[in-house]
Amino acid sequence: MTIALPPQTSSSPPGLQPEGWLRYLSFSLDHKVIGLQYMVAGFFFYLVGGALAGMIRVELVSPISDFISRETYNEVLTLHGTVMIFLWIVPVVNGAFGNYLIPFYVGARDMAFPRLNAVAFWLIPPAGFLLIASYFIAGAAQSGWTAYPPLSLTTPAAGQVVWILSVLLLGGSSIFGGINFIATVLKMRRPGLKMMQLPMYCWAMLGTSILVVLSTPVLAGTLVLLSFDIIAHTGFFNPALGGNAVVYQHLFWFYSHPAVYIMVLPAFGLVSEILPVHARKPLFGYTTMVYSILGIVFLGLIVWAHHMFTSATPPWMRLFFTIATAFIAVPTGIKFFNWLATLWGGKIALNSAMLFSCAFIVHFVFGGITGVALAQVPFDIHVHDTYFVVGHFHYVVYGGTVFVIFGSIYHWFPKFTGRMLNEDLGRFHFLITFIGFNLCFAPQHWLGLNGMPRRVAEYDPQFTLMNQISSVGALLMAVSTLPFLINVFWSAFSGRVAGDNPWNALTPEWLTSSPPPVENWKGEAPLVQHPYGYGVQPGQIDLGAATGREIWSSGQ
Amino acid sequence: MTAFSPSSDQSPSNTLAPPLPDGSAPLAQVATENGHPDHRMFGLATFLVADGMTFAGFFAAYLTFRAVNPLPAGAVYELELILPTINTVLLVLSSFTFHRAAKELRHDQLGACRLWLLITAGLGLAFLGGQMVEYFSLPFGLTDNLYASTFYALTGFHGLHVSLGALMILIVWWQARTPGRFTADHHFGVEAAELYWHFVDGIWLVLYGILYLL
Repeated sequence: MTIALPPQTSSSPPGLQPEGWLRYLSFSLDHKVIGLQYMVAGFFFYLVGGALAGMIRVELVSPISDFISRETYNEVLTLHGTVMIFLWIVPVVNGAFGNYLIPFYVGARDMAFPRLNAVAFWLIPPAGFLLIASYFIAGAAQSGWTAYPPLSLTTPAAGQVVWILSVLLLGGSSIFGGINFIATVLKMRRPGLKMMQLPMYCWAMLGTSILVVLSTPVLAGTLVLLSFDIIAHTGFFNPALGGNAVVYQHLFWFYSHPAVYIMVLPAFGLVSEILPVHARKPLFGYTTMVYSILGIVFLGLIVWAHHMFTSATPPWMRLFFTIATAFIAVPTGIKFFNWLATLWGGKIALNSAMLFSCAFIVHFVFGGITGVALAQVPFDIHVHDTYFVVGHFHYVVYGGTVFVIFGSIYHWFPKFTGRMLNEDLGRFHFLITFIGFNLCFAPQHWLGLNGMPRRVAEYDPQFTLMNQISSVGALLMAVSTLPFLINVFWSAFSGRVAGDNPWNALTPEWLTSSPPPVENWKGEAPLVQHPYGYGVQPGQIDLGAATGREIWSSGQ
Repeated sequence: MTAFSPSSDQSPSNTLAPPLPDGSAPLAQVATENGHPDHRMFGLATFLVADGMTFAGFFAAYLTFRAVNPLPAGAVYELELILPTINTVLLVLSSFTFHRAAKELRHDQLGACRLWLLITAGLGLAFLGGQMVEYFSLPFGLTDNLYASTFYALTGFHGLHVSLGALMILIVWWQARTPGRFTADHHFGVEAAELYWHFVDGIWLVLYGILYLL
C-alpha cells in the first residue's frame, strides 16, 4: 500500500486564486508564491536601504556635513538600519527561503498555516511603505534602529511613533512566520521522515523560529511602553520622570541580540545546503551541526548585555556576558570546521553559488573574530559606538548573510523559474560585490580603532582618506546590483532551460519539476532520508559510524 | 542515524516512501480542516508562548524598576488587597467553569456546555468590572510616577487579554447555538478559547503575586 500524502484539494475555493503572474500580487496561499513575494519585496527594500546607505557614504566623503543636513543624516541612518534589518534580511533569509524550501524539506504540500503565512507576508509592504513615507511626510525617526531613550524621546515624536508602529507590524509578521515554521517542521513532516534526516536548513529555521517566538514579543512590549513614553508622557524609560533608560536597553537587546542569530542562523542553514551540492560531498558532521544550532539558540538568548558594557553595567554582569559571549564561538566554530571539512577533497565547482558561499565563510570568520574581540570588556569600552562596531556587524550581516542570500539565489533560481542564471554575469557580480564589500567595510575597523564615532555626519579631517576608500567600496557595491538585476531579468525570460535538477542535488525540492507544481509534487511526496548522500560508492561508508578521519582517508 | 544507504554521485537515489513497519497510514490519524492537516491548537500554544514572553518582558521591567529605581517621595505604594483578591477568585473560578463547559461538550451536552460558557463569560466580565472599580478608586493616575505607569500598563495589558478572552467565549457561545457547529470530538473554537482563557488566568496569578503581594 502507499502511504504517501494524498494530493489535496486547495484549501480555498477554485477561482479565488489568480493564475499567472497576477498571483504574486494576490493573497496567495501557496508557500512558493509567498516565498517569492517575500524575496521580491525584500529585494525592493534592499535597493531602498542601499540608496540610503549610498547617501550616508556620499555624506562621509568629506569631513563636513555638506551633502545632507545633520538631521537628515540621522533620519537616513535610522531608516537604513531599520529597512535593511526588518525589511530585507529578516524577511528574505527567513520568509523567502523558509517559505519556499521548508515544505519541500519536510515533504509537505504547504506550510502548516497557509492563511497565517499570507497574512504574515502582507503585513510587510504596508509596514515598509509606512516607514518610508514617514521620511517624506513628518520626518523619519532620528534615533537609530536602536531607538534608545532618552534620545528617542527628545527627537521629533511623529517619525518615532511611525517607526514604532512599523516595527510592531514587522515584528508581528515575524512572529506569525516563526509559529508557522515551528509547526511545519515539527508537525508537518512526511510520515517516515525523522528529525535527524531533515536538511540542515530545517534545523536552522527551527532554531531561528524559536528565537523569534521567544524574543520578538519582548521587543514588541518594549516598543509599546516606549510609545506610551512618547505619546502619553509616562516615564518608563525617561530618567527625567523617574524612569530607567537602561531597562529599555536590556529589553531591546534581549530581542536584538537574538535578532543577529535570526539573521544569520538561516544563512548557516542555506550554506549547509549549497556546499554539499557544489562540492559533491556529504555535509560533514550533521549531528554536531544540529547541536551547534541548538547551542547557538540557547547561548544567543543569554548574551544580550554585551551590547551594554558602557551602560553602567555592574562588574558581575560584564563578567557573565563576556564569558557567555565567548562561548558562542564554540558552536559557531564547530559549524565552520564542518563546512571546511565538507569542502575538503570535494569536487568543488566554483560557480556563483559556491563563490558567494565561500566568501561568506571568509567574511563571517572575520566578523566573528572581531565579535569575540568586542565581547571583551576592556576592548569594547575602547571601541564602543565607533566605526569598528559598524565594520564588525556589516561583516557579519552583509559579508555573512547577504552574500548567502545572493549565493542562494544563484543556487535556487533554476528551481524558482525553471531557467539557469548566467554564470559569467554571476561571477562578475560576485567579483565586484566581493571587492566593493571589503573595500567599504575593512577600512571602517581602522577608523573605529582610531576613534571615529558612528552615527555622526561629521568627522575629524584625519579620517578623510579612509572614508573616501570606504565610499568607493560602497559605490562598487551599488554598481554590483546592476549585473545581478540584468542577469535575473534576462535569465528569467531567456536563460538556459534548467530542467528539474540541474545540480544533481538530492534534497527534495529538486525531485520535482522546475518550477514546481501547486502542492509541490504531481504524485506522492518523496521520502528523502539522505539529503547529503553525495559522492559515496554504494556500501562504502557507514556514515553513522564513520569518523572524520575515515571519510577523509577514503579519498572522497 | 541509520546506516548510510548506497547512492552514487550522479543519480539521486532517494526513493519514494516504503510502507511503515506497522503498515498504517499515519496521515489518516491527523485531523484535517478542508483537506489540510489541522495543527491549529499547536499553533495557538506556540503563539501563547510568544504572548507569555511579552508579559515576561513587562514583569522583568517591573521587577527591575522596583529593585533599582527609588520610589519618589509621597508615591502610593500599598495597594488595597480585597478587590483584587476577589477578582483573583473570580478568574480562577472561571477557569474551572470553562473546563466544565468543555467537559459537557465532550459528553455531547450542548445545552449545559452553553450554560457553563455563559457563566464563564459572566465571571470574566465581572473581573473586568472589578478592575474598573479598582481603577476608579485608585489615588494615582497613569503618569503620576513610574510605579503608577507600570501598574496600569501591566493590569491594562492583562485586562485587554481578558476582554479578548471574554469576547472569544461569547463568540463560541453564540456559534454553539447552531447544531453541529461543535461536536463532541471536533470543537476547535471552544478548545482554543479554553486554552487562551487558562493562559490569561495563569498570567493573572503571576501578576497578582508580583504586583499586589510582593
